[in-house]
Amino acid sequence: MADRRYTKSHEWIVVDGKTVTVGITDFAQSQLGDVVFLELPSPGRKLAEREAFGVVESVKAASDLYSPIAGKISAVNDRLSANPELVNSDPYGDGWILKVELAGELPSDLLDEAGYRKVTEAASH
Amino acid sequence: MPYLVHSPEDRAAMLAAIGVRSMDDLLVDIPTSLRIPKLDLSDGLSEFETMAHVTALAARNRLYPDRLTFRGGGVYRRFVPAAVAAVTSKPEFYTAYTPYQPEASQGTLQAIYEFQTLIAELTGLDVANASLYDGATAVAEAAMMARTHTDRTEVLVAGYLHPEYLEVLRAFGEGRGIKVRRGSDPGPKTAAVIFQQPDFLGLLVDAKALTEAAHGVGALAIACVDPISLAVLAPPGEYGADIAVGEGQQLGMHPSFGGPHVGFMACRRELVRRLPGRLVGSAHDAEGRRGFVLALAAREQHIRREKASSNICTNHSLCALAASVYMTYMGPDGMRQVAEVSFERAHVLAERLSALPGWELAFPERQFLSEFPIRVPNAPAVLRKLARKGILGGLNVQRWFRELKGVLTFTCTEVNDPMSIDELVQAVSA
Repeated sequence: MADRRYTKSHEWIVVDGKTVTVGITDFAQSQLGDVVFLELPSPGRKLAEREAFGVVESVKAASDLYSPIAGKISAVNDRLSANPELVNSDPYGDGWILKVELAGELPSDLLDEAGYRKVTEAASH
Repeated sequence: MPYLVHSPEDRAAMLAAIGVRSMDDLLVDIPTSLRIPKLDLSDGLSEFETMAHVTALAARNRLYPDRLTFRGGGVYRRFVPAAVAAVTSKPEFYTAYTPYQPEASQGTLQAIYEFQTLIAELTGLDVANASLYDGATAVAEAAMMARTHTDRTEVLVAGYLHPEYLEVLRAFGEGRGIKVRRGSDPGPKTAAVIFQQPDFLGLLVDAKALTEAAHGVGALAIACVDPISLAVLAPPGEYGADIAVGEGQQLGMHPSFGGPHVGFMACRRELVRRLPGRLVGSAHDAEGRRGFVLALAAREQHIRREKASSNICTNHSLCALAASVYMTYMGPDGMRQVAEVSFERAHVLAERLSALPGWELAFPERQFLSEFPIRVPNAPAVLRKLARKGILGGLNVQRWFRELKGVLTFTCTEVNDPMSIDELVQAVSA
């Protein structure tokens, strides 16, 4: 998907007007292994760029989730509380995590698909 | 295996290897007033002679018999059934350093699981951990859970919480940015309201109202409870508390100069990922047999590192086992009987003491279970007088609370027989 953008810390975003959907990448979910729990914030919370907003727990690790952008949370994917495995099975679809109303501009260091592929290839070696 | 002391050469080699000159250099952080430079023992005594000398010295200690001890304040003398030591002294439990590998330690893990189950039942909450060090650290750990859960900084201590628990709470809280305030008016910054039931003085508090006040501002309610009292009082889960903590010493442990004891902690299911320390769960192996394993380890500091809400990755397993044996052996009826006998005797004692000239209950309108505050003329003199008769009188709580001038808290348990109460009353009247 051409309009999906990525961060070096393995989150993705899709921008639709002022609404930004946030998730973790396919590479991230494959590195984490089976996701068993997500600790997520409540809608309405304001996030700063790079702020830790939650935790993803897998059978292997517990990792912080960072917001790629600044804004206010408008929705949290409720399905993940009962079905955290959606992050593994459909990271770019039903496994989305947050919707955020963007405040200000998108950060300039977001990567496109080719740029992100270089990050993951470097990480795999 | 014989015990081999280090030779002076061994010591010199070890000190050289770590780069210090003498043993004293290793002890610089300990104030010299607390160090014993040399034991006052003659050189060249045989083991037999040394034992005889030390035994004679020990015989000069004056011990208060359990039945003539009327002081509680957080640690209590109760009857400990022989079954407790019979189980805890089994080498499988006694000598093992809490091994957690499920393939090697089903007995240890099951014992912890049963402790958790008993504490959850006693407190009326969903889940309990494998234990903590003591009541004081359990209170502090609960405050840190609330701090992380609510993302708020203030912890409100309502009423008379054990003053040493408060000190530990402040010490733990400092590094976590927790502001501890005493009062009963939670606000929008309040992460938790902490109260003790019965309180440090032995008085019953309105736990339900305090819980509702906490919930009214979106804070958690933390109840610090006496486990024996739960045999007759409403459990924290019933009045809606989110976390229950307490000191478990009364459940089969002797005072032992103040420790080791055991802290317990239980909470609502929604908070389980904030619950500090070890947690054992029940599981099934590949062949479908029931077994026990450590559960939800991702909560813990060794995985979450600085993001974890607690640094505790251990527990007091042997003391928790003592508590489990005690609760199982006594059963609900036995524990209720212990609580009721203590209640009755404390009320007899309160009635007789408050009839003495100049003695009056400090809070006559408040209810209590087995410990109560009473204002006496010249408290230090009363305690000295009792000590001369071999009786350990009440605790002088003015030491912590200036407003409680001349107030002693007396406690009764099942070990204070009716004759001992007569002896106490006679001794103070004489």
